[in-house]
Amino acid sequence: MSAISISKESLKSIMQSKDTMVSKGVAMTENKNEAIENVARITKTQSSQLKPNNLSIKTYQFFKWLLPPVFGILLLLAIWTLISHQSPNLPGPLKTWHSAVQLFSDPFYDHGPNDMGVGWNILASLQRVALGFSLAALVGIPMGFIIGRFKFAARMTAPVISLLRPVSPLAWLPIGLLVFKAANPAAIWVIFISAVWPMIINTAVGVSKVPQDYMNVAKVLNLSEWKIVTKILFPFALPYMMTGIRLSISVAWLVIVAAEMLTGGVGIGFWVWDEWNNLNVEHIIIAIFVVGVVGLLLELALTQMAKKFSYE
Amino acid sequence: MEKVEKANAEKYVQLENVDMTFSTKKGTFNALNNINLNIKEGEFVSIIGHSGCGKSTLLNLVAGLLQPTEGLLFCAGREIAGPGPERAVVFQNHSLLPWLTCYENVYLAVERVFGVSSKSRESKAQLEARTHAAIELVGLSHSADKRPNEISGGMKQRVGIARALAMEPKVLLLDEPFGALDALTRANLQDELMKIMAKSGCTAVMVTHDVDESILLSDRVVMMTNGPSAGIGEILEVNLPRPRTRLDLAENKDYNHLRSEVLRFLYERHAKQAA
Repeated sequence: MSAISISKESLKSIMQSKDTMVSKGVAMTENKNEAIENVARITKTQSSQLKPNNLSIKTYQFFKWLLPPVFGILLLLAIWTLISHQSPNLPGPLKTWHSAVQLFSDPFYDHGPNDMGVGWNILASLQRVALGFSLAALVGIPMGFIIGRFKFAARMTAPVISLLRPVSPLAWLPIGLLVFKAANPAAIWVIFISAVWPMIINTAVGVSKVPQDYMNVAKVLNLSEWKIVTKILFPFALPYMMTGIRLSISVAWLVIVAAEMLTGGVGIGFWVWDEWNNLNVEHIIIAIFVVGVVGLLLELALTQMAKKFSYE
Repeated sequence: MEKVEKANAEKYVQLENVDMTFSTKKGTFNALNNINLNIKEGEFVSIIGHSGCGKSTLLNLVAGLLQPTEGLLFCAGREIAGPGPERAVVFQNHSLLPWLTCYENVYLAVERVFGVSSKSRESKAQLEARTHAAIELVGLSHSADKRPNEISGGMKQRVGIARALAMEPKVLLLDEPFGALDALTRANLQDELMKIMAKSGCTAVMVTHDVDESILLSDRVVMMTNGPSAGIGEILEVNLPRPRTRLDLAENKDYNHLRSEVLRFLYERHAKQAA
């Protein structure tokens, strides 16, 4: 009985929180307490034969779904607070939050090239990633097709790819600076070189895995190479290509921060470095979160895109 | 001149001393040994044998998907050099492209054989009419716009047959076309195939392991010995009058005699040891 009363209390407190969607849902039930009691009953016996109203089940399941990630974030904040208490140079969550509110109140100011709002910095980085990534797709996907389709090409490129792929993308930066004689193209070049491998390899794997049955159909129908590519290889390899694209964008976003730290200019990586020189640690922590959130959004967008392209 | 044409009709598909050896990691494997077979124009021939006797290999050779190690294969007087749309194949596992609808699967074949890149250069409307006709022939007009994974196994195989027939092949090759279907669906499709073949009059070679199916559909049943180095054991003429129906044949003396001939070949003289 005590267990139930605890969960009742905790549910009450959660339900009275700001989450409007949930509180609206609760308001719709005639008796708030009844809903909570129903939820409590389900927590006690999941396979209960009683049929509590649908809404309270949904609310319960929503909380059951939400609770673990909330705990995870709270744990992170707790560890952060603990460390910041030990090390006085590291600002705690609250201090960082206040700084972030101030920072994001005006993300798009422009006081010359060395002092621009965080919004501009993010956009500059995204633009570089988009350029380098598009070039990588333009080169990597056709190359993957050729490698996957022709054994000769696969054997020919295998040693080169295995040799160059494990090289850290930043090692390519000096070459980029040397060839392009400018920081911005060099950064894009680094993105290109780091994003191109997953696209080549995944496309090639997809194309080479086309079932012999489909190729037999192509042979019996005597399809032209163009038709084989558009009607058989491309649709079959598309899910593999999407995996490659997703990996590429993650790597590209990882690498851009490091590349911009070295090249300077406008960009989230350079911004981090600049704030380090200013000893503005709050901003560095904010940048870490911003990089994380943008990476997450990119990944989510591409996952959604991949779902749309799947033929199953 | 007349004699030549007659010879061509008698030997529409011709296999001469065909040998097929595969080289595997464990060494060479002789699948087929000295196969000689002539198939008449318009004839329906079944190839029957235990699994692993190389009957699918034989069909793939005629399809041109495999090249014989030795010997020659001809179709309509020309040597078979590779696969081609004049020898359409109905695959065992239907092999429809899952990202295309049934209609698009058939259209892909039609477009290749009769479209702009072919000799006949038919218009788009003509190609579409051909596709619709082929799908209607197998009774699937209502599902034309569905994807293969939205229809049943029997329906998929019908689309496979429609795709092959839409190419108006000289020879239709069927590789255990009904093997993966349940007994009732199989019987249904066999009946339909009989009707379609009677209408089109095209030559057909079917690989099967179903004794009843082979006799019901064929003019001749080619019985193969067990591999490795499989060969043609016996050829059985099926002189049953057409059109045949399943029910009539069940009582037919000749049918039952033929059936026991095949069974005797498979289970007495060339019984396969349990693996």
